[in-house]
Amino acid sequence: MFQTFKMAYRNLNRNRRRSILSALAVSFGLALLLFIAGIFNGEMQGAMQTTIALQSGDLQVRAASYVQEKSSLKWEDLVANPDQVAAQIKSVPHVTIATPRLFASGIINTSNEAIGVQLYGIDPASPANAPIVQGMTTGSFIRPDDQNGIVIGQTLAQRLGVKVGDQIDLSANTANGDVNEQTFTVRGIFSTNTPAYDQSTIFMPLAKAQVFTATQNHASTIFIMLDNRDLSNSVAAALTSPGYQVLTWQKMNDLVLETEQLANGYMVLIYLIVLAITATVIVNTLIMAVYERTREIGILAAIGMKGWRIMSLFLAEASMLAIAGIAFGVVLGWLICAYFAKVGFYIGNIGTNYQFLLGDRIYAMLTLNDTISLTIIALVITLIASLYPAVLAARLEPVEALHAQ
Amino acid sequence: MEVAKVENVTRTFKIGEVETRALRGVDLTIENGEFTALVGPSGSGKTTLLQLLGCLDQPTSGKVFINGKDVTKLNRNQRADLRKSALGFVFQFFALIPTLTAYENVEMPLLLDHHTSTERRQRVNQLLESVGLADRAHHRPDQLSGGEQQRVAVARALASNPSLILADEPTANLDTENGKQVMEIMQKLNKETGVTYVFATHDPRVIKYAKRIVTLRDGLIVENNGSAPK
Repeated sequence: MFQTFKMAYRNLNRNRRRSILSALAVSFGLALLLFIAGIFNGEMQGAMQTTIALQSGDLQVRAASYVQEKSSLKWEDLVANPDQVAAQIKSVPHVTIATPRLFASGIINTSNEAIGVQLYGIDPASPANAPIVQGMTTGSFIRPDDQNGIVIGQTLAQRLGVKVGDQIDLSANTANGDVNEQTFTVRGIFSTNTPAYDQSTIFMPLAKAQVFTATQNHASTIFIMLDNRDLSNSVAAALTSPGYQVLTWQKMNDLVLETEQLANGYMVLIYLIVLAITATVIVNTLIMAVYERTREIGILAAIGMKGWRIMSLFLAEASMLAIAGIAFGVVLGWLICAYFAKVGFYIGNIGTNYQFLLGDRIYAMLTLNDTISLTIIALVITLIASLYPAVLAARLEPVEALHAQ
Repeated sequence: MEVAKVENVTRTFKIGEVETRALRGVDLTIENGEFTALVGPSGSGKTTLLQLLGCLDQPTSGKVFINGKDVTKLNRNQRADLRKSALGFVFQFFALIPTLTAYENVEMPLLLDHHTSTERRQRVNQLLESVGLADRAHHRPDQLSGGEQQRVAVARALASNPSLILADEPTANLDTENGKQVMEIMQKLNKETGVTYVFATHDPRVIKYAKRIVTLRDGLIVENNGSAPK
């Protein structure tokens, strides 16, 4: 065994530049895979975090008949006495935030266009608004008693050409099917770096939203955050009661999860393509070595080396190339991912919708799991591929091998 | 006692549509301790016969016995085992592994035969001593002269105490002095250890060392028990 590796090492050293280049092919292949995995994982985790923080929360409690797509404002589809309900939910273990929110579809009318927006009635004091409060770029956040103040997303503000203090004409559906219209003053502009969100979201105090939409002391949902997201199912079970539906982040974000699963399938395909290319380099190197050393193989066979031992000599060379390449590849991949985890990768607005909120920057996130599994896959694929040249060497007829030039 | 025997052996090579009959029915017995030359012009079948004796190749028909065992019935691995334990080779080209030192080249057959490191050390040192290369043990082939390389090959052929050593034109690539040295070492080892040598050659300076001369022509043995010209 030791002898085999000693010979393999010396053989690799014979053509050092070729060996180094082959190992580097594995390194770059693996580093590329780790980078892809890091970006993909970062994108998915980022999308999930963003969507949960801005949109779904960890849990939501809604009236049993509420249908999210319709944004219904009928009283029977809404949670009555939402402050009271939220206070009760707040007392359940693991719940850190429970705050009522009212959703309504609105239209901003300007002199030359009408822009559809999502109107959020919120409790301005709730810590659930942290992503918005922290994202304020100009002006200030709304206060609970504000009767005509709103905050709007930066992209929307730019599109409308408005700044803090300017006025906006907003109309929205009401509980009884009418349309209400009012002029509001922009108190502040926020950016969550999430284009799909920032171009269509408007916040106003819940009390004002209830008046504006004639929903009187009703809310669309109780938005809930937990101290541990993994407990969502058990907390949801504890919150279940007649007349209400409790939705977990997994259920509300099934689009993100499904996208992730679908993309995972494509990722495996990409992994295999990249690894097949790097394995080809190793196989090519070994086939060249087999042809260059045919006579030596003949000599070894003549003095009694069996086929499997000749094979193991070439497999030892392949595994040394692979291990050296992989070791460097892991370091390189981690460095690249570390850089992009810090700096991020600007993607701008790629046109995702409300159910899949993606920031304008992807931050790489490489997991230990991905690193280990990709490393093992790279090693196994390289070794499987190098079986071909190894068998080629082992199958050489001693007489013919000895007479090779 | 006979070390090797071939019975009515033929060997036909087919290259494309052309068939070449390298051996056309050869019978030969090699007794223990012989120092025998296979002679004949190029293409007479010397090397083919040597390869069949060395279990490197299989006859088209006929039988080959090594130490009484019919090797035509052995599979690839069994033939490799037989080469490892019973046969040694010295080739025309200096057939050393370039990445291994002289010492490691001689050690290789012992490694394949699972000898302990102490056994290996003793044996390799003794063999290198016997071919006069003890001081060159840790040089690689490219640091040795042609004659030295061929002497390492002679030492390697002896490593696993084979009953038969086959040498194909062992001096063809050597100058007179080095060729003489190699032949004298082989002759000395034949006398001292009794190991059997069969070598193919057409060099008169080599033929004169032989105790027995077997002459081939066109794939047939034309003279079997000639003695060396004095």
